Amino acid sequence: MGKHYFADKDIQVILGTLLRVGVIASMLVVFIGGLIYLSGYSREIIDYSVFNPSKTKYSSILAIFQGLSVLDGKAIIQFGTLLLIFTPVTRVVFSIFGFLIERDYLYVLIGVFVLCVILISLSNKLVG
Amino acid sequence: MIVDSIFVSMSVLLFTIIVLAGAFLAGLVGSLTGLGGGVIIIPLLTLVLGVDIHYAIGASIVSVIATSSGSAAAYVKEGITNIRIGMFLEIATTISAVIGAIITVYINPGYIAVIFGCILLFSAAMMVRKKVDHSDDKTTGILANFFKLNGSYPTAGGTVKYGVHNVVGGFIMMFVAGIISGLLGIGSGALKVVAMDNIMRLPFKVSTTTSNFMMGVTAAASAIVYLHRGQIDPGIAMPVTLGVLTGATVGSKLLVKTNTDKLKVIFAVVVTFLALQMIYNGLAGKL
Repeated sequence: MGKHYFADKDIQVILGTLLRVGVIASMLVVFIGGLIYLSGYSREIIDYSVFNPSKTKYSSILAIFQGLSVLDGKAIIQFGTLLLIFTPVTRVVFSIFGFLIERDYLYVLIGVFVLCVILISLSNKLVG
Repeated sequence: MIVDSIFVSMSVLLFTIIVLAGAFLAGLVGSLTGLGGGVIIIPLLTLVLGVDIHYAIGASIVSVIATSSGSAAAYVKEGITNIRIGMFLEIATTISAVIGAIITVYINPGYIAVIFGCILLFSAAMMVRKKVDHSDDKTTGILANFFKLNGSYPTAGGTVKYGVHNVVGGFIMMFVAGIISGLLGIGSGALKVVAMDNIMRLPFKVSTTTSNFMMGVTAAASAIVYLHRGQIDPGIAMPVTLGVLTGATVGSKLLVKTNTDKLKVIFAVVVTFLALQMIYNGLAGKL
């Protein structure tokens, strides 16, 4: 089993645990952001009946970080969501290294390709 | 709709509490039946609370990432995920999920509701039907060998080898599953099962865990597109994600000691009702 990196159960268990830690950490951030958000906005009236893209303040990574600096509840929630989104992406990155150690270059290539698709989706231009 | 008028002037606090409770139930039942939380939370938000379907989709996809990544640790311990199959099929699902997420706003919300209803009906049928394991150990497929997809997994009676069939067919079906996932903000587990169990003929244990492995990455690809478009609203995503994840965690603990056969039948009826509601409202232009 030595040369098969991914057959090594220990490494898979570590990877699985990392994912769980990522989920718990991001949910904690969302929870804290949620409390701050509720303490500030709880009496406001919701308005979600019509989708209006211009109404969402934190729709880019830059805006989220700007909101974080003033400890805005909504920005903290979005930051937690962002952490959550990048949790499975880190697994792809780890897998690429795993295949690299295993010298399985076909799968290094496949992993890099998948990562590129996700990075391309980071581009604002796709939204139109 | 009458229900809409009741909730039309709801405060943030009341909305958060209702969505939190609903998302908890969705996560609980979704994990007990294997249907997933997203397919329940979207009808709840749109039909009951009058939330625009684009917001509901954005919140749902975040909960898909949370539940699939959270349960990955448990799956990985069983050591039967085929990471090569997962990575290989992610080529199809990430591309198509991004495409789905891009085109979703150009489609009339009514049509999205109709497509959603059809997928719900299909998922309900898949849930109650008896599963048949088509797997065998014939490892002669040219593509399966080239991409090193054939594998083995441990059982009580020793290691069982399995061969992967119809790689092209499975890849195409996965592409479709990714489009639906990006379009509707759900994990589209039912379609992935068709691709892996019926077309590629993987053993159940391998297909379930590998599908879960892929779901987080696929959902992340479309979630980024949604985030940039403003479809992920913190006020909805917060209670949805926290509720679904908590419900799913409780559900997975209960799953070990509960017989879910009866629950699945009852739930199939509920889901069918929700599906018909979505289709009706979609066609009537009410969503």
